[in-house]
Amino acid sequence: MKIVEGVLCWENCIKLTDHSPHIYIRGKSIWLFIIPGGALVCLLALPLVALLWRAAEAGLMGQMLDPVALTALQLSLLTSTLATLAAALTGTPLAFALARWPFRGRPWVELLIDLPVVLPPAVAGLALLMAFGRRGVFGGALGAVGISLPFTMAAVVVAQTFVAAPLYVRAARIGFAGVDPQLEEAAYAEGANQWQLFRYVMLPVTGRAILSGLILCWTRALGEFGATILFAGNLEGRTQTMPLAIYLGLERNLGVALALSALLLVISMALLALLRRLENSASHS
Amino acid sequence: MKKSSVLSLCFVLLCLLLNACASPASVPTVSVSQTLTVFAAASLTEAFAEIGKGFEAAHPGLKVAFNFGGSQSLRTQLEQGAVADVFAPASEAELDKAVAAGLVNGGSVRPFAANHLVVILPKDNPAKVEKLEDLARPGLKLVLAAEAVPAGQYTRAALDKMEKQFGSGFKDKVLANLVSSEDNVKQVVVKVQLGEADAGLVYASDALAAPELRTIPIPAEYNVTVTYPIVVLAFAPHPDLAAEFVEYVLSAEGQAALMKWGFGK
Repeated sequence: MKIVEGVLCWENCIKLTDHSPHIYIRGKSIWLFIIPGGALVCLLALPLVALLWRAAEAGLMGQMLDPVALTALQLSLLTSTLATLAAALTGTPLAFALARWPFRGRPWVELLIDLPVVLPPAVAGLALLMAFGRRGVFGGALGAVGISLPFTMAAVVVAQTFVAAPLYVRAARIGFAGVDPQLEEAAYAEGANQWQLFRYVMLPVTGRAILSGLILCWTRALGEFGATILFAGNLEGRTQTMPLAIYLGLERNLGVALALSALLLVISMALLALLRRLENSASHS
Repeated sequence: MKKSSVLSLCFVLLCLLLNACASPASVPTVSVSQTLTVFAAASLTEAFAEIGKGFEAAHPGLKVAFNFGGSQSLRTQLEQGAVADVFAPASEAELDKAVAAGLVNGGSVRPFAANHLVVILPKDNPAKVEKLEDLARPGLKLVLAAEAVPAGQYTRAALDKMEKQFGSGFKDKVLANLVSSEDNVKQVVVKVQLGEADAGLVYASDALAAPELRTIPIPAEYNVTVTYPIVVLAFAPHPDLAAEFVEYVLSAEGQAALMKWGFGK
C-alpha cells in the first residue's frame, strides 16, 4: 500500500532513478547535460563552501560564544519552535479539511496557502504591519484588548508562522489526501466520528508526511528575515533572531556573522537530510 | 559534427552571457553614456538626489547612480569589493576605517556638510512626548539607529550629554524604552511615520524631509555636530568625473541644495 504520494517533487525524482533498472549514457551529447547542470551545482555549492571555509578561518567556536550570537541563537530556536507549534495546531485541521472535504471556496484557501511560499518576505512584513501594526486595520481592535504586536517576540512568531506554516499545510494536505479511501470507509462502517477517524486512522498513517512538513516549516521559520525585520524590528534578546543578527553583525563583526551563518547552514542541512530519510523510508514502506 | 556545433554555440552563448553580466560600465564604451556611482549616507538621500540631477544636467550623457545606506553598511560593501567612484559617509570615523582599508588615497578628504540630531514623533503624538525628559518615561516605544550606524553612535553620545543634565540613570532609562535598533537612520523615520514607534532620534535633515512628523529640537549643549566627509575612492572607475562631482557638491549650487534639505556647513 502506498501511503505518501510525493511530498516534494524531488522525492519523485529519486523514486524514478530508484526504479529505473538500466541507465544508458551514450554519445558526446551527455555534455549538454553535464556542463550546464554542473555550472548550476557549482553556483549553489561554491558560496556555501566558501562560507564554511571563512567561518572556520575566523574561529567558529570562539565566535559562537559571543553573547550576541548566543542570544540570537536562543531566540531563534524558541521562536521557530513556537511558530512550528502554532503551525501544527492550526495547520493540521486545515490540511485535513482541505484534503478530505470538498467545500465551497476550497481553491481560494489553497491559493492562500500557496501564496506566502512565493511572496517576497518584505511584502509579508509590510502586510502584517498594515493588518496588525498599531495603526494597522486591526491594530485598533487589538489595542483595545491590550495587545500591541509590533516589536515583540510574539511578532517574530507571527511573522514566522505567516511565512512558514503554509509549507506545513501543503505537506500535511498531500499526506491526508494520500490515505486509502477504503480505510476511511472501514472506519466509518465501524461507527467512527470525524475526530476518531482523524485521531486513530489518519494521524498514524500520515505521521511521516506530518513530521516532514513540520521539519520544513521549522527550517523555514528559522531562516525568516524580511517579514521579521519589518514587523518585529530588531532588538537584541527580544526580536533579533539569527538571520537579523547575521545581517546587522556583518557590519560590526564579520566573524560573528560568519559563525552564525555557518551554524544556520549546518542546521538546515541536517534537517533536510533528516527530511529525505523520512521520505525515502516512507516511499519504501 | 552537428552535435559539436550545437555544443560550441552553447559555449559561445554562455561566454557572451557571462561577459555581459560580469562587466558593468567598465567595458570600453561605444556609447557616450557613462555612470558615476556614489555611495552616500542614508541621511543624504534627498539632498544628493537633487545634487545628482544638477550634476547630470551639467554633464549630458552622464548618469549618477546612488547607493544610499547606513555608512557602516556602505563601507562594508566597499571593503568586500563593491565598485564606486565617490564615498560620502555620515561620520569621519567611517571614513577613517575606509582609509585604513586602503579604499581611499590619503589627503583628499573634504568635509562638505554638517548636521545635528532631533527627536521625531508621529503627528498625533500617541505617547504625549513634549520635552526631552519624556524620553525616559517607562513604556514609551523608542526606535534608534543601531550602535554600528553613525546616527546610532551620535545618539548615544547625545544621551550621555543629557544624562549630565537630567540626572544619572537617564540614559539607561531611555535605552530601556528601545524597541528596535534600525540598520540606517531612514528606517527610524519609517517606523515613526508608520506610527509604530512613539519617538525616534534622527538627523535634522531627515526630520525636514518628513514634514508630516512632529519634532522636538535638542539644545546645542546636549547635541552633537555631525560632519560629512566626501572622497574620491582609490579604485574609482571615473576618477576625473568623481573629482568634478566632489567640486560640485562643494560649489555654491551643491551647498544650496544641502542647505535646502536642512544641512549646515
